Amino acid sequence: MTEGLQRLIPCGEAVRRLWDYVDSALSPEDAAAVEEHLSFCRRCCGELEFATELRALLHPHAKDDLPPRVRHRLERFLEEL
Amino acid sequence: MTATVDDQTSRDSFQTLAREHLPCLYGLARRLTRHDPEDLVQDALLRGYRSYGTLRSADAGCGWLRAILVNAYRDGIRRDARTIDEIPVEDIADFSLYRTLAEEDPFPYSDSLHVDFLHAFGREDVREVLLRLPAIYRVPLVLRYIQGFATKEMARLLALPVGTVLAQLHRGRKAFERELWTYAAENGLLTDRSTR
Repeated sequence: MTEGLQRLIPCGEAVRRLWDYVDSALSPEDAAAVEEHLSFCRRCCGELEFATELRALLHPHAKDDLPPRVRHRLERFLEEL
Repeated sequence: MTATVDDQTSRDSFQTLAREHLPCLYGLARRLTRHDPEDLVQDALLRGYRSYGTLRSADAGCGWLRAILVNAYRDGIRRDARTIDEIPVEDIADFSLYRTLAEEDPFPYSDSLHVDFLHAFGREDVREVLLRLPAIYRVPLVLRYIQGFATKEMARLLALPVGTVLAQLHRGRKAFERELWTYAAENGLLTDRSTR
């Protein structure tokens, strides 16, 4: 019985979908195909961890600072509106 | 002509909203443009003030102001008649930073090569890498991964089909990976710190 089983996607296809998988932007079917591939492929699990780290690198952990000089200039601009 | 009470109330209300979000707007502007991010924030504040009546709820104020800033930036690019460079798909489609690191092995004594590579990048390095990318990729990456916009919100903001936004995000991520590698090579980040 093959109902419910999917074709195992190749590494290239899995890697292409990894960022979207990390972003939870895949359809349930595509996410399931990636997960099935990951359950068999150790190298792509490494790629997945790396994609997660890369995503974290982009996202600033600290809040953006507003240098006093810039704050002064922008607040003065607001006052003059 | 003196301002009416309503004008004054509206102005005060806008100023309060804008003041609260100045750090966020400035942070966004710094990641979109290398030159004069303050000018970009001012442009956005002026546009926001002029269209303040269209804001339905103060709760939506942050996203509203950020959308105005992004559109001001895109208008600026168009005004300057700068080309929005696309990187040919075939140039980046096959690039994998993960594989490149494994093959080049810049830190041979490291047990955690990939993480060590990423840890070599400071906040300003990441900003510089983003600023090196063509705007067509930088804007979606900043909106998604730094500002946290959903794909549909991005499509609305950028007036693009969802499929186009997804394609730009995909190519942008590839371009970002490749630029991280190039930047690291150019700035001495590929030196094994354990042997320095």
